[in-house]
Amino acid sequence: MDAQIALILLTDGIANGAIYLLIALGTVLIFSVTRVIFVPFGDIAALTALTVAALQIGRLPGIVWLVLVLVVIAVAMELLLVLRQGQLRRIPMTIMYYAVLPMLPAAAAAALSSGGLKLPLLGQMLLALLLVLPVAPLLNRIVFQPMANASVLVLLIVAVALHFAISGLALLFFGPEGFRNEPLSEASFTIAGTTVSAQVLLMVGAAIVLSGMLFLYFEGTPTGKALRATAVNRTGARLVGIRPSRTGAVAFVLASLLGGISGLLIGPVTTVYYDSGFLIGLKAFVAAIVGGLGSYPLTAVGAIGVGVLESFASFWSSSLKESIVFGALIPVLLWRSLISPAHEEEEEDIE
Amino acid sequence: MTASPLEKVLIIIATIGILVAPLMVAPFTVTLLNYIGIGALVALGLVLLTGFAGLTSFGQAALMGIGAYATAWFTTEIGGSPWLGLLLALGLTGIVAAILGAVTLRLGGHFLPLSTIAWGIAIYFLFGNIPGLGHHDGIKDIPPLTLAGVSLASNSAIYYLIWTGLGASMWLIANLLDSREGRAVRSLRGGAAMIASLGVNLFRIRLIIFVLAAILAGLAGWLYAHMNRYVSPSPFDVRPSIEYLLMAMVGGPTSIYGAVAGAAIVTLLKNFFQGFLPLLSKDAAQLEIVAFSILLILILQHARGGLMSAFRRLMPQRPVPSPPLGTPHLRRREQPKPGTQVLSVAGATKRFDGLTAVNDVSFDVRAGEIVALIGPNGAGKSTMFNLITGVLPPSAGKFTFLGHDITNWPQPKIAAAGIARTFQHVKLRANMTLLDNVLLGTYARTRAGFTRGALRLDRAEEAQAIFEALRQLERFGLGERAHDFAGSLPLGNQRMLEVARALSADPLLIVLDEPAAGLRRAEKDALAQHLRMLKSEGVTILIVEHDMEFVMGLVDRIVVMDFGAKLMEGLPNEVRASPVVQEAYLGGVA
Repeated sequence: MDAQIALILLTDGIANGAIYLLIALGTVLIFSVTRVIFVPFGDIAALTALTVAALQIGRLPGIVWLVLVLVVIAVAMELLLVLRQGQLRRIPMTIMYYAVLPMLPAAAAAALSSGGLKLPLLGQMLLALLLVLPVAPLLNRIVFQPMANASVLVLLIVAVALHFAISGLALLFFGPEGFRNEPLSEASFTIAGTTVSAQVLLMVGAAIVLSGMLFLYFEGTPTGKALRATAVNRTGARLVGIRPSRTGAVAFVLASLLGGISGLLIGPVTTVYYDSGFLIGLKAFVAAIVGGLGSYPLTAVGAIGVGVLESFASFWSSSLKESIVFGALIPVLLWRSLISPAHEEEEEDIE
Repeated sequence: MTASPLEKVLIIIATIGILVAPLMVAPFTVTLLNYIGIGALVALGLVLLTGFAGLTSFGQAALMGIGAYATAWFTTEIGGSPWLGLLLALGLTGIVAAILGAVTLRLGGHFLPLSTIAWGIAIYFLFGNIPGLGHHDGIKDIPPLTLAGVSLASNSAIYYLIWTGLGASMWLIANLLDSREGRAVRSLRGGAAMIASLGVNLFRIRLIIFVLAAILAGLAGWLYAHMNRYVSPSPFDVRPSIEYLLMAMVGGPTSIYGAVAGAAIVTLLKNFFQGFLPLLSKDAAQLEIVAFSILLILILQHARGGLMSAFRRLMPQRPVPSPPLGTPHLRRREQPKPGTQVLSVAGATKRFDGLTAVNDVSFDVRAGEIVALIGPNGAGKSTMFNLITGVLPPSAGKFTFLGHDITNWPQPKIAAAGIARTFQHVKLRANMTLLDNVLLGTYARTRAGFTRGALRLDRAEEAQAIFEALRQLERFGLGERAHDFAGSLPLGNQRMLEVARALSADPLLIVLDEPAAGLRRAEKDALAQHLRMLKSEGVTILIVEHDMEFVMGLVDRIVVMDFGAKLMEGLPNEVRASPVVQEAYLGGVA
C-alpha cells in the first residue's frame, strides 16, 4: 500500500464514518431519552434509500404500505385509549396526528405515481425523507410506549425483534432487488493530490452541519433542554412538567430525520437491499459503544474510527471485512471497562 | 427448588413418554423431536442467562456454530474421534464466551447483549470465509457418532443421546439453582447493592453463567453437527439466535422446563409455518421471521412470565424441607473479647467534586457495644455508612477492622471479613422465600462451588446452612413463614428479615442503616428488643439513625455528625443535654 492508496482509503473511511455518525447520534439520542436501544435505525436509512430508488424509476414506493399498516394500528390503539378515557373531543387531534400527518406524503406519492409524474431528484429525496419519517415514531407509539417502564434489557430484546419484523416486511414491500441511486452531483475535486467526489464532501458536510445543529438545538431551545433533562433524570424531568412520552416522541422524530438523511447519502455510493440496514446500524452501534451510549463527542470519534477501519479492512481482505470491524469491538469494550467499570444499574428486571 | 411429589410424578411420566416416543411416532416426528431437544439445550442456557441472571445474548446460535464447526472440522479434516470433537466443541465455546464475558460483564447490563449481536455476526462471517471451513458451502460428510460400538447414525438412535444430554443438563442446572451459588444466581436480578454486601462477587457469577450458557449451546452444536452430518453458516446467524430467545421467552424464562416447552412450541410453529406460509407468499422464510418477531414482542409486552408462570400457579406449594435433627452448626467465628477495638475510623473524608460530604471524621466501635451514628438530614451519615461498608472509596482517612486495614477493600471482601449490613430501603428478593433470603446471608461462610452444587455434593453443608437460617428466622418469630415469599411480609417484618439475613452471616460487626425508618411504634419496640438481645449475645452493633428517640434508650454511645463533620461523641444523656446537638437538630435560637 502506498501513500496514494492510503489517502483514498482514508477519504472513503471518513465518508462512511460520517454516515455511521449520523445514525449513531440518533441511537444515542433515543437511548438517553427513552432507554430504548433502537436497533432498527439502520433499517430506516435503508428504507429511505430504497424509497428514493422507487421514486426514481417512477414506481409507488412500498413504504406507503408499511406506513399505512402502522397508521392503522396506531390509530386503533389511540382511539381505544381516548374512548376508554371518555375524551371524545380529542378524536380529531388523534386522527390528525396519527393518520393525516403521516399519510400526507404517502398520498402525495400515490398521486404522483398514478399521474405518471416524476419529481426532480432533490424533490424525490425530500419526498422519500418525509415518507419514511413517520415509521420510527409510529413504531415507538405502537411497540415501545405501552412498555415504557420495562427494563433496558427487555426493550433491547424487543428492538432486535422489531428489526427482524421490519426487514421481513421490507422484503415484502420492496422486493429482493438491490438499488443504487443517482447522485445529486457527479462532480469531483482534487484536494491534496487525491480525487474527492462531491458526494463524499456532501456526506462529510452533512454530518458536520447536522451534528452542529443538534448541539445548538440541545443548548438553545426549550424542547432541546427538555430532551436533555429527560436523559439525565426521567423522574426529575416529570416533576418539572416534562412528559417523557412527549420527549420520547420528539427524540424519535429527530433521530428518524438523521437516519433518513444518512439513507439519502449512502444511496448513491452503495447498492442498498431491503436488509442492508442491519449491518449499517450495527456499525453505528460500535461507534455508539465507543461513546458508552452517552457521550456525543466520543461517538463521533468512534464513528470515524469504524469507517476508516472498515475501509482499510476491505483493502486487506474484503471477505473478512465485517469480522474485522465487529471484532474491533472487543478491545473497545476492554478499554471501556477499564476506564469506567461497574456503574451498576439498579433494579434491572425482566419479569 | 426441591421437586414436589406432583412434580416428581410428572417428571416420571414425561421420562417414560420420551423413552417410548420414537417407537410410537413417524420418522419425521422423531426428526422434529431431535430439533426440539437441540433447541431446548440452547434455550436452557438462555433461561439461565436471561431468566435468572438478568443478562441476555443474541449470539447463542453463533456459539452453537462454534461447537458444530469445531467438531466438523476436527472429524473431517483431522480425522479425529467425534468424542474428542465434543471436548473441542465445549472447550472452544467456553473459551470464546469467557473472553467475551470478561470484557463486557463489568459494564452495564446492555453491553453484553449488544456485543453478542456484533460478535454473532463476526463469527458468522468467519464461518463463511475462513479457509478449511468450506466457505459458504459448509462442511459435508461429518461422521456419525458411535457409542460402545453402536452406531448413532439413524435419527431414532441419536434421539436418545440428544434427550439424555438434555435431561442430564436439566438435572445439573436444577441442582445448581438449588445450591449456594445457585441462590446467588437467582438473586442477581433486582439490583447489585444487596448481593455485593453479602460477599458475592457479581462479576464472577455472571461470567460463569454466561460460560455455562455458551457450553450448553456448544453441546447443542456438537449434537447438531453429528445428527445433520453437514454444517453451513446459515443456521448460526443472528436470526436463529432470536428463535432461541423466543423459545426461552415463550416457555417462561424462569423455569428450566420452560426451555423444553418453548422449544417444542417454536419448533412446531416453525414446522406449521413451513407448510402453510408458502401458500401465501413466495417469501415464506421472511414471513416466518416476521411472525416470530411479532410473537416475541407481544410476549414481552403482555406475558413476560411465559407459559410456565401460568402453569406454576396450578402447581401446589413446595414441601417444607426441614434439616434432620442433629445437624451440626455451621462453624462460628469467635467473637472478639468485650472492649476490644472492632472498628476504627480515622480522619475519614469523602469529597464529591466540590462537595465535602464527610470531613475528617474519627470514631471507634468496641466489641459488645451498640454505637449510634446520628445527625440531621444531610449530615453525611449515609456517606459515612457507604465508606465503612466499602460501597464508596474514601477520599482520605483510614478504616481499620479488627487490626486489618480495610480502607480500599472491595465490598465483598469487607463482607467476608465479618461486617454485615442492612439497608435503609429494605433490599430483599420479593420472589424468593424467607428461607432463601436468609440463606443468602450464609454465602460468605459456606464454600460449595458450582461443581459441587450441580453434582449435589453440597448436601451436608446445605443442611447446616438451612439449619442456621431457620434458627435465625425463628429468633425473629418468622420460622412458621419460612416458605412464604419475602414480598408478602409487612415492612416491619421485612426489616427483621434483613437483620436475620445479616446475622446468618455470623458477623463480627453488624451495621444497620436507619433500621427504624418507616416502622410503627410497636415494630420499633420489637426491633429494639431484638437488638438488646443480640448485644447480650456479644454481637457488636453500629446503628446509623435519624430517629433520636429510638436510639436514646438503646445504645451505649452516640457519635453526632452535622454538615459532614463530627459534632460530638458521648453517652446518650450527654448528647441529649448538649446545646450544640439541640441547635443542629432544631436550628439555632437566633
